[in-house]
Amino acid sequence: MKLTIQVNEGPYQHQAADSAYNFAKAALAKGHEIFRVFFYHDGVNNGTRLTTPPQDDRHAVDRWSELAREYELDLVLCVAAAQRRGIVDDGEAERNGKDATNIADGFRISGLGQLIEGAVQSDRLVVFGD
Amino acid sequence: MSILHIVNKSPYEKSSLYTAVDFVKDSDVVLLIEDAVYAAARGGKAAEKLSGLDISVLGADLAARGIGEDKLIDGVSVVDYAGFVDLVKAKDSTQSWL
Repeated sequence: MKLTIQVNEGPYQHQAADSAYNFAKAALAKGHEIFRVFFYHDGVNNGTRLTTPPQDDRHAVDRWSELAREYELDLVLCVAAAQRRGIVDDGEAERNGKDATNIADGFRISGLGQLIEGAVQSDRLVVFGD
Repeated sequence: MSILHIVNKSPYEKSSLYTAVDFVKDSDVVLLIEDAVYAAARGGKAAEKLSGLDISVLGADLAARGIGEDKLIDGVSVVDYAGFVDLVKAKDSTQSWL
C-alpha cells in the first residue's frame, strides 16, 4: 500500500504529531510505502532543527529526520504555512531576505500541489491534526 | 466503498464523534485514537451512541489514559499501531474527523 500522510499539528501540542509519527513508523515496519508526508498549518513546526526538548523527552523533529534518512522519505513543509511561522530553507532565505535558515535535515519546503499529488498518487491519504 | 472514520477528540470535549457517527455506514469502521478513546469507556454517556457500530480503539492511547481493556463497552476491538495500518488498508478510504 502506498500512503501519503498529512500532519496539521505542531509538536508538543496535543498528540496528533506523535500519532502521525507512530503511524508512519508502523506502516514502514509492515513494508508499506510512504509516498510523502505533508506538513500543513502548525504542522510545519515539526520541521525546524532549532527544536531543543529536554533530554529525557522525545525529539519530535530529529525522529522524523532519522526516519527520512532510513526510508528515504519525502517530508514536505507547506510554503505558505512555513513562511508565516518562520520556517526557512536556503531558497526561502534568499527570496525573502532572511539572515538564517532553520529547516531540519530531511525536510523540504514546497507548495500545496505536493499534497494533492500525494493524494492522487497514493492508495490512501491519512490525516492527523487537531 | 468502505470508510475508516478516525476520531481523535473526546466526546466530552468536542462533538466530532457524534458528527462522524451520523455518517457511518454498515461496512465502515470507527477508530478511536488519542482522547477519543474515552468514548469507549463503559458507563459513559457517549458509549450508547456507539452501539451497533464496528468500533476499534488504539490500545496505546487507552493505556496512556489508564483505561483498562476490561473497562470498555462490549464489542470493541483494541488494536495497536500495526492494527491501525491494517484498518487503513482494509477500508477503501479514510476520513479524519478533526
